Amino acid sequence: MIDLKKLSKKVVSGKLSRRDFMVKAIAAGATVPFATHLLAESAKAATPNKGGNLRMGIGHGSTTDSTNPATWENGYMANVAGAFVNHLAEVNNKGEISPELAESWESSPDAATWRFKLRKGLEFHNGKTVTAEDVIASFNHHRGDDTTSGAKGVAKPIKDIKADGDTVVFELEGGNADFPFIASDYHFAIMPSKDGKIGADGFDVGTGGFMIESYEPGVRTTFKRNPNYFKEGMAHFDSVEMLSILDANARQSALITGDIDIMDRVDLKTVDLLARNPAVNIMETTGTLHYTFPMRTDTAPFDNNDVRMALKLAFDRQEIVDKVLFGHGSVGNDHPISSANQFHNSELPQRQYDPEKAKWHLKQAGMEGLTVELSAADAAYGGAVDAAVLYKERAAAAGINIEVVREPNDGYWSNVWMNKPWCACYWGGRPTEDWMFSTAYQGGVDWNDTFWSNERFDALLLEARSELDQAKRHEMYGEMQAIVSNQGGVVVPMFANYVMGLSSKIAHHDDVAGNWDLDGNKAAERWWFS
Amino acid sequence: MNAILTMIAQRLALGVLTLFIVSLIIFFSVSLMPGDYAEAILGQAALPDTVRAFREQLGLDQPAYVRYFQWLGGVFTGDLGTSFSSERAVTELIGARFGNTMFLAAYAALIAVPLALVLGVLAALYRNSFYDRTVNVVTLTTISSPEFFLAYVLIMFFSVGLWNGSEMIMGGFFPPIANVSDDVGFWERVYRTTLPAVTMTLVIVAHMMRMTRASIINLLASPYIEMANLKGLTKSRIVFKHALPNALAPIINVIAVNMAYLIVGVVLIEVVFVYPGLGGLLVDSVSKRDIPVVQGSCLVFAAVYILLNLTADVLSIISNPRLLHPR
Repeated sequence: MIDLKKLSKKVVSGKLSRRDFMVKAIAAGATVPFATHLLAESAKAATPNKGGNLRMGIGHGSTTDSTNPATWENGYMANVAGAFVNHLAEVNNKGEISPELAESWESSPDAATWRFKLRKGLEFHNGKTVTAEDVIASFNHHRGDDTTSGAKGVAKPIKDIKADGDTVVFELEGGNADFPFIASDYHFAIMPSKDGKIGADGFDVGTGGFMIESYEPGVRTTFKRNPNYFKEGMAHFDSVEMLSILDANARQSALITGDIDIMDRVDLKTVDLLARNPAVNIMETTGTLHYTFPMRTDTAPFDNNDVRMALKLAFDRQEIVDKVLFGHGSVGNDHPISSANQFHNSELPQRQYDPEKAKWHLKQAGMEGLTVELSAADAAYGGAVDAAVLYKERAAAAGINIEVVREPNDGYWSNVWMNKPWCACYWGGRPTEDWMFSTAYQGGVDWNDTFWSNERFDALLLEARSELDQAKRHEMYGEMQAIVSNQGGVVVPMFANYVMGLSSKIAHHDDVAGNWDLDGNKAAERWWFS
Repeated sequence: MNAILTMIAQRLALGVLTLFIVSLIIFFSVSLMPGDYAEAILGQAALPDTVRAFREQLGLDQPAYVRYFQWLGGVFTGDLGTSFSSERAVTELIGARFGNTMFLAAYAALIAVPLALVLGVLAALYRNSFYDRTVNVVTLTTISSPEFFLAYVLIMFFSVGLWNGSEMIMGGFFPPIANVSDDVGFWERVYRTTLPAVTMTLVIVAHMMRMTRASIINLLASPYIEMANLKGLTKSRIVFKHALPNALAPIINVIAVNMAYLIVGVVLIEVVFVYPGLGGLLVDSVSKRDIPVVQGSCLVFAAVYILLNLTADVLSIISNPRLLHPR
């Protein structure tokens, strides 16, 4: 019976067709009216209920966190942000960009000037009205010489911000058709300002569906519902408690015993066991999180594209997905654009494990019996060292000797990444092609971790950025993916799914955003108790 | 008695010197680790510009010895500095956590110390009996298992429970996470921290129990106990009146060492039970190179060690008339 209930929920969330459900239900001995009744019950659960205290167990968080948006760097703070602040724009649960604090926006034809018109009558939790000045101060918090914000790189293309009544005008260095996506970055939270600066009285006040009641870094945050929330049909819980539970096993136990209602980052080794528990539902979303092995193309032997191709062909992607991600992911094609992205190039042939072809490339390069070092640490992503070892084993068949160097987690990002010629790395949650490419693939940018540059690629990037015709952009981004895949310095073995555990009492809309964990870090405002 | 007071004063003075040396070692060993706060906190997002701005604002661009003496100057005025990350006073950060740590340590000690003493005395009385062997085997097993493993086993039996299909056979007695906050009442707090306290008890009981047993057995072989036996005294009178007082000194020392462990050595237990203690604060601060917090926490830990050792020594002296009245 329990299984049938689970199945009926799958119908509601679109994982199973009605027809298949009826066949399965009748095969299990249910009568037709009863099966129909089950479906109706599940459909009813999809209408949001109000109330309840939501407890979330999040596998991030540190005592060094703070509510200052300049310091937000982990999934815990991103979820806190999802509950208590808003942005000009948001990625909604269907993965589309939609206005949030802005009512609407328009751009100049060259996409270099953007005008965001603010909603009327918006108020912060402390009663202050939201003005264009607050928006400007919130963005300026991440700009300028003395900012210590982690989002400084993202804010870089913004040349100037001006207020025009209740409209905020952004002048960009060049056209960017995806600018609203940038405005939705969780760092650009809108907070009340005083004399052009936010945070004069702390950073605890936002406009979000929940108000911070207490905040203890690295331990817990408690929220109560904002009665004046401007969004209709959102923020259903009366109160929310977010716990930082770093130990995956502790999160899992707490979910099973009902001490929490939602957990993120389920341990992939035991997810199948957890799924057997009737009080728990497992949710999996495909996003843009991907794991990479960037090679420094300015360093021998990685400056030779034949060597890069040989390495790209020298390992079994599916095996790494199966063994490192336990199947909870999909294979990558040596470019960073996921199938969840708008302009994913599905016509690009999937690269396969082909030791013979890899050997051929090595021969072209005159480097048979190549020996290279691959630096890895679990700081890059859980399982990075295992993935590197699997790589080494398979590459041996192509006559490539990979020496896996296990690096310390401490200082990995400052001493190994972008320093060692070849290492392990991860990239998460860039919602647009342009953002991903201009962060790490455009020639000469700060985080170009392969030190790669390609004239055609850079030209296309600039052209596509200010192009407003979607069909043309599709074509241009498609070509760019092919260029990175065939000439770039990055090996992208896999895209990882976000896997979450939900109490069976939790309900959500059929569509769940995949740009981040937990419905784009907005589970608190989007989900409810059934 | 005066001798004891002099000793306490001397030891406290030496303790202050120790604290100074500890702070020196901690400060410079943290400086030896790769990366500083700016790089650690920004991680993958570190741009040269932001790292520079961070260092300027926090004074990290100054040489290490200058920063150390600035910090030391603050300590003499009772100011342990401000956390780099949360901009809160270190004393405030540590204060709340220290309360939690002490609560859990006291809870565990209240279970573990009486339990260990009783088990140890009984084991000495019924030496080599079935009881003695059972207690030894059980406590040695728990002390030999890693603490997180014990914690998981306890969680499995008493919290998550044993399941047969979708039916729970036993379990659900205690929550698997010790989720405590200021608004949690005393008894609720006791209830929620029971599993971590029991785990810690299992880890330390063997050491204290074995020491109690060994020191009493040792004394039972001495001539004056033989005399008491020959006088026809009861076994319990011999143990409690004649043997135990003389065995106290080593037992007290072992208890002190274990108390210190309960306060400073339970990071893993804090992680497994999601308990907001001082250990987690220290680990986070070290990994982010938040030096003021690291320094503050280490000073607290070192002070705990020094005070516990001092207490143990004073108690040993009081319990031993020969040491109390030296010639």
